[in-house]
Amino acid sequence: MGPLFIFSDVPLWVDLLVALLIGIAFGFALEQAGFSSSRKLAGMFYGYDTTVLKVFFTAAIFALVGSLFMQYFGLLDLDLVYVNEYYIGAAVVGGIIMGAGFIMGGFCPGTGICAVGIGKIDAMIFLLGGFVGAFLFAESFPFIADFASGYYKGPVKINDWMGVSSGVFALILIIAAVAMFWLAEKAEKKFPNPNITNQF
Amino acid sequence: MLAAMYFSGRGLGASGGVKYAVVSVVGAVAPEHADKSVYYGSYFKDDKKPLKNWLVFEIIGVLVGGFLSGAFSGRLKLTIEHSPKISSKRRLIFAFLGGVFFVYGAQLARGCTSGAALSGMAVLSTAGFVTMVAIFGSAYLFAWFFRKNWI
Repeated sequence: MGPLFIFSDVPLWVDLLVALLIGIAFGFALEQAGFSSSRKLAGMFYGYDTTVLKVFFTAAIFALVGSLFMQYFGLLDLDLVYVNEYYIGAAVVGGIIMGAGFIMGGFCPGTGICAVGIGKIDAMIFLLGGFVGAFLFAESFPFIADFASGYYKGPVKINDWMGVSSGVFALILIIAAVAMFWLAEKAEKKFPNPNITNQF
Repeated sequence: MLAAMYFSGRGLGASGGVKYAVVSVVGAVAPEHADKSVYYGSYFKDDKKPLKNWLVFEIIGVLVGGFLSGAFSGRLKLTIEHSPKISSKRRLIFAFLGGVFFVYGAQLARGCTSGAALSGMAVLSTAGFVTMVAIFGSAYLFAWFFRKNWI
């Protein structure tokens, strides 16, 4: 039963090797899906290319439903899988800053690293900016610590907060995603930009 | 991602790896500064090595995986991708600024699109959904101002 490495005492290097292999699979999948192109990524915000939006939600839903099934069949104990801690203020403000960074830089950290892998110079500069951003955060942390660690709610699950079971929530999410994909298709027809879309 | 949950009990991430790299550089260049700071200090406690970390190995993998995929599909090329309406220089300046903003925000929200939004949604964490809405909402809002850079 998983998570395997929490139940069994594997040496650190095995855990790190698995991290490397999972990273390779993640990077390969990102690149194949076209996430290494900043103009394709930005397309979802202008409606001309919504592949990224669809892949992103499909991946999240696949992992969610997959893990629920694995739990159901006794393969995985979800209580031991890390759930992100919820700091309301930090999550909202951090998200807004990231959105601004996204539309300026055209990458997020994961896709940026993937694009460095195929030689995009703009991605290398983006990553360099990322190092500076991490450094600035570390240096400014003492001044914003109260805000960053405030409004703490613990690792709250959204379905508990809404008072429904995880299966019901997954179903709601799938319906919402289908509606969104339908809108995305309409947007692509309305704002076509074949020069960018046909690169892949 | 499902594999990460099954083997290691965690999701994916990317900005965290960037953070560990910066923390170890600061630790190597300015050990006294790192010792005194509340922030860096916690990463060197008990002689921990910040680079020997799950996320660091994972993002090295992402780099390799991206390279392999590009090699298979014939997309390996040193280029600066930008809209024909803007210069390469303008693209690079905005790429740099975007990187600064994105990783700063990711440190504050404790995760980026991978660690907070994607992995967070997969484990049904409220933080993941809130961060996802904030990222996409703000990008759509700001998109109008930067449209010339992309279209």
